[in-house]
Amino acid sequence: MTPPVEAAVDRAFREEWGQVVATLIRWTGDWDLAEECAQDAFALAVRTWRRDGVPRRPGAWLTTAARNRAVDVLRREATGAAKLREVAGVLETVDDGAGDEPDVPDDRLRLIFTCCHPALALEARVALTLRTLAGLGTTEIARAFLVGEQAMAKRLARAKQKIRHAGIPYRVPPAHLLPERLPAVLAVLYLLFNEGYSATAGADLVRHDLAAEAIRLARVLVRLMPDEPEAAGLLALMLLHHARRAARLDDAGDLVVLEDQDRGRWDADRIAEGVALLDGALRRGRPGPYQVQAAIAACHATAARPEDTDWPQIAVLYARLARLVPSPVVELNRAVAVGMAYGPAAGLALIDGLRETGALAGYHLLPAARADLLRRLGRTAEAADAYREAAGLATTDAERRYLARRLAALG
Amino acid sequence: MKYVLLICGDESAAEHANDGCDGWSEEMAERGVLRGGAGLRPPSDATTLRVREGEVLLSDGPFAETKEQLGGFCLIECADLDEAIEIAAAHPAAAYGTIEIRPLIEL
Repeated sequence: MTPPVEAAVDRAFREEWGQVVATLIRWTGDWDLAEECAQDAFALAVRTWRRDGVPRRPGAWLTTAARNRAVDVLRREATGAAKLREVAGVLETVDDGAGDEPDVPDDRLRLIFTCCHPALALEARVALTLRTLAGLGTTEIARAFLVGEQAMAKRLARAKQKIRHAGIPYRVPPAHLLPERLPAVLAVLYLLFNEGYSATAGADLVRHDLAAEAIRLARVLVRLMPDEPEAAGLLALMLLHHARRAARLDDAGDLVVLEDQDRGRWDADRIAEGVALLDGALRRGRPGPYQVQAAIAACHATAARPEDTDWPQIAVLYARLARLVPSPVVELNRAVAVGMAYGPAAGLALIDGLRETGALAGYHLLPAARADLLRRLGRTAEAADAYREAAGLATTDAERRYLARRLAALG
Repeated sequence: MKYVLLICGDESAAEHANDGCDGWSEEMAERGVLRGGAGLRPPSDATTLRVREGEVLLSDGPFAETKEQLGGFCLIECADLDEAIEIAAAHPAAAYGTIEIRPLIEL
């Protein structure tokens, strides 16, 4: 395959997968069939686009190919009268030229609210959204959740079965149900953003398109739910993180930590948009975890120089976050903030307390943060051990290279 | 979609046994979603049966001794799970007991 076609298929996969699957589910009501046909459409694209060139609107091409495939499959399987009616129904719906539909976000929104239905277990909701909407492989999702691939495959299959058997509707919930359905959707979008922001798999540390997709979906949500401050808080949080993307990796693709980033390369427009969104959300007087996290990100994003960062304020915000959503990762971040605000010894005491609980065993950022504090305390040998421990646990090449550089810099 | 609402409660739910459904049944019948159902006598009146190797084995009491026991059931027919949830949430027993929504196998 020539590189441009390969790149076009890759891009189409990332940009169009969710829409193709979401549309196919609406037409067929069959989640497995929708996924299979989407996969077939992408396989067909690889062969056809190499021969005929990349179509002007890859998304419409793929949706049409997937639809045709679905009609074929349903026709072949149509043995009973019910199945025949189903096929007829699909053909009828398809006759309205739906293959040329513009890129309406509603199918994806319908998909995400269905994936996030509270009758499904939380783990299943997130996994299902990442699989069907974002097109992540079972392996990637399993790694993100620290579970085995087979267990994840089973979880996905069970969730799809429950949607079918229990009659979970495929729709955006009516207005009166939205407030209780939103938190699960936000959690899923944030995970999706993080998957793009710091990919758990592969050599690429950052997959901007996934993060961009999460932002795009969050924008739709904020438009749909303008009175929900946590939706705006989440969008603000994403924008404030995403604003730093250009400065986060150097030319070699290596990680640049916050204090070393060229702040001139931060996206000032996005920072301004994020801060304005956050201010508007906070004015509603209903703070939540996303608004607090956005406030922390805003402390970083609005500091002209690293030494201008308001670390005591960040430590306070992390303490507040820990009360809202108790988590060892939040405690780790609070320890780092305390170390910056009140000296490395204060931070190290918190981290060592956290380490003894064993709650973050296997998480590379714990020894990495510990190593930095030990270095600042001049305990070089212990710092070196901690950097080596962190490098052994890191999951991406860029993180491993970063930790190796820190280790080398100890001298 | 057809669902059975299994209405469960612990011992304290027994005091509600003769409460009736506070107009819920009438409202749901009027709406056309209620297909049937009944309240049940307590587990102490239950008899449990198995047939093993042709022999009928009986025991006194419910099939499982758990804290929560089945106190009644309703068969409903409605559009989807969201409507079933809304119907179940309106049942007075939801406020003191637990309601399990089970879809029926439909062929």
